[in-house]
Amino acid sequence: MTARTLFDKIWDAHVVDRMGDGTCVLYIDRHLVHEVTSPQAFEGLRLAGRRVRRTDATIAVADHNVPTEDRSHGIAEPESRLQVDTLVRNVADFGVPYIPVTDARQGIVHIIGPEQGLSLPGMTIVCGDSHTSTHGAMGALAFGIGTSEVEHVLATQTLLQKPAKNMLVRVDGALPPGCTAKDIILAIIGKIGTAGGTGHVIEYAGNAITALDMAGRMTVCNMSIEAGARAGLIAPDETTFSYIAGRPYAPKGEAFDQAVAYWRTLPTDEGAHYDKIVVLDAGDIVPQVTWGTSPEAVAPITGTVPDPAAEPDDTRRAQLQRMLDYMGLAAGQKLAGLAVDVVFIGSCTNARIEDLRAAAAIAAGKHVAQNVRALVVPGSGLVKAQAEHEGLDKIFLDAGFEWREAGCSMCLGMNPDKLTAGQRCASTSNRNFEGRQGPGGRTHLLSPAMAAAAAVTGALIDVRELA
Amino acid sequence: MEKFTVLTATAAPLNMANVDTDKIIPAKFLKTIKRTGLGKDLFSALRYNEDGSEKPDFVLNQPKYRGAKILIAGENFGCGSSREHAPWALLDFGITCVIAPSFADIFHGNCFKNGILPIALPPEICAELMADAALGPNARLTIDLENQVVVRPDGSKIPFEVDAFRKHCLLNGLDDIGLTLAHAPAITAYEARQPAWQPAITGV
Repeated sequence: MTARTLFDKIWDAHVVDRMGDGTCVLYIDRHLVHEVTSPQAFEGLRLAGRRVRRTDATIAVADHNVPTEDRSHGIAEPESRLQVDTLVRNVADFGVPYIPVTDARQGIVHIIGPEQGLSLPGMTIVCGDSHTSTHGAMGALAFGIGTSEVEHVLATQTLLQKPAKNMLVRVDGALPPGCTAKDIILAIIGKIGTAGGTGHVIEYAGNAITALDMAGRMTVCNMSIEAGARAGLIAPDETTFSYIAGRPYAPKGEAFDQAVAYWRTLPTDEGAHYDKIVVLDAGDIVPQVTWGTSPEAVAPITGTVPDPAAEPDDTRRAQLQRMLDYMGLAAGQKLAGLAVDVVFIGSCTNARIEDLRAAAAIAAGKHVAQNVRALVVPGSGLVKAQAEHEGLDKIFLDAGFEWREAGCSMCLGMNPDKLTAGQRCASTSNRNFEGRQGPGGRTHLLSPAMAAAAAVTGALIDVRELA
Repeated sequence: MEKFTVLTATAAPLNMANVDTDKIIPAKFLKTIKRTGLGKDLFSALRYNEDGSEKPDFVLNQPKYRGAKILIAGENFGCGSSREHAPWALLDFGITCVIAPSFADIFHGNCFKNGILPIALPPEICAELMADAALGPNARLTIDLENQVVVRPDGSKIPFEVDAFRKHCLLNGLDDIGLTLAHAPAITAYEARQPAWQPAITGV
């Protein structure tokens, strides 16, 4: 039998039927639904008189629109409220399992999937959200889909797809102190660019990847889409299995043993073919920070803002200049020392308990700089509860951070947490596009530790200086 | 879904690379529960000043491009989020064909589900079409999907590639779900083979 990659094996195991031209009917094991990209899909089912084929493979939660302050009185903003109310009505009408906004398990859909044991190795997992790639950390094929495909999965539990190409990103060596999974993925995107993975599924491998805990692996896979890849995944191993064991929706007892036996067959075979291979040395990575309005516009914190005049291509030069103008930066300017107005620690990229611990370790005993607003937004109600159990909330509150309820928050301008025009934000989220965190807002992407360091010093700073 | 067969229309040049979906339709407009009505918010930040007035320089605000049905753009068009609101906004504005050197995967797939044809052509050809588009309504392009050619104002033809299945669906305005449901027996048979350890989501 031909040697196959992890992606090939998951793909092959889910092909229901093949059409003449190579298009496959691909079975979907898990469908995560949220309020923003599902209303039109449910409406489509209603109009066609269709039902949800597998309510027992589908789960819904509201995350993008929810306020992250006290929400016992509901959502004030009428459009956000309508969207969440519409989800509540749809899950009731179609019998889809739903975690309510006031439930302790509520949170960002990509945080709660793994947390609840809903996302498992070898599965196909989809959601109407591009950061579905996060679940690839479990050793699953997980990717974002549009609303028409959400409707398609609800109705048929399948998608019509052609296989992606295989890409291997191998990160060898030991990560230096002060560097994290976020720095790995930002360095990868800096190297291959935002279209570097287009048409491919990226498998991350190498000992710098296998050394990561599950939270770190999720951070890496989360931003696969920022490298243009459809999905990112990491072979399941003992770290994966022990993470899954005992989670609410994970298989139990004998079923768990059977599952693990199958999961052990998933890693890529020796000699399997990759269409593209990229290798990085983890030892070369230094804490990263983005300076522009594309995730590939990233540099080490020790670096400077590039000079558009040095770019020979007209279109690229204009694009660089536009980025600098938008970001309020000058060519050659040092990144370290750049004053920030807001610090956001949260999002599906970096709002797990491990992320909060890393930020708290920097914040402990210090205070948020004057004129800086710093928010900590746990990824789920359970992450929040765990953090409070560990006393992290007290560390953050004593240091002058805001301690908020779970949700997507300031990652995107859909709820009350937004930047105002011109505000500069050190953010642990995933996108620094123009206006992403609010119209005119300026985003610098970085790790939770780097964000906490920016909060307590009031400027972008190399976190290693605080260690 | 509307059929896409032959389109002859004005093309608007948007000479920008990495046009992300937040640029096509910012998140604040995603709160709708409908597919229609997003055309007015297409490229909102590029198109309008903070007070809501139009930025006269932006291509789609120029009188000659207000009726454009084709958009010529830079590489990696549609990168970022999976929001189908991006093709919905283009469609609601009236754009049913986007030509660029490359597209982000999810956006590319979403276009086909909405009767929009994304055409990837080499950068040098896109640059020529960009030059045609600069002439406005005096230089309309024809997109012939059946024959897979873009016909330039001078009559020259540029062939393009399109996935055969997606072409078939666009030409006939076919709904994917209906096509897939023809495979229902195979789906049921697949479900019967699923391993026992695979947990169902119950009792949430």
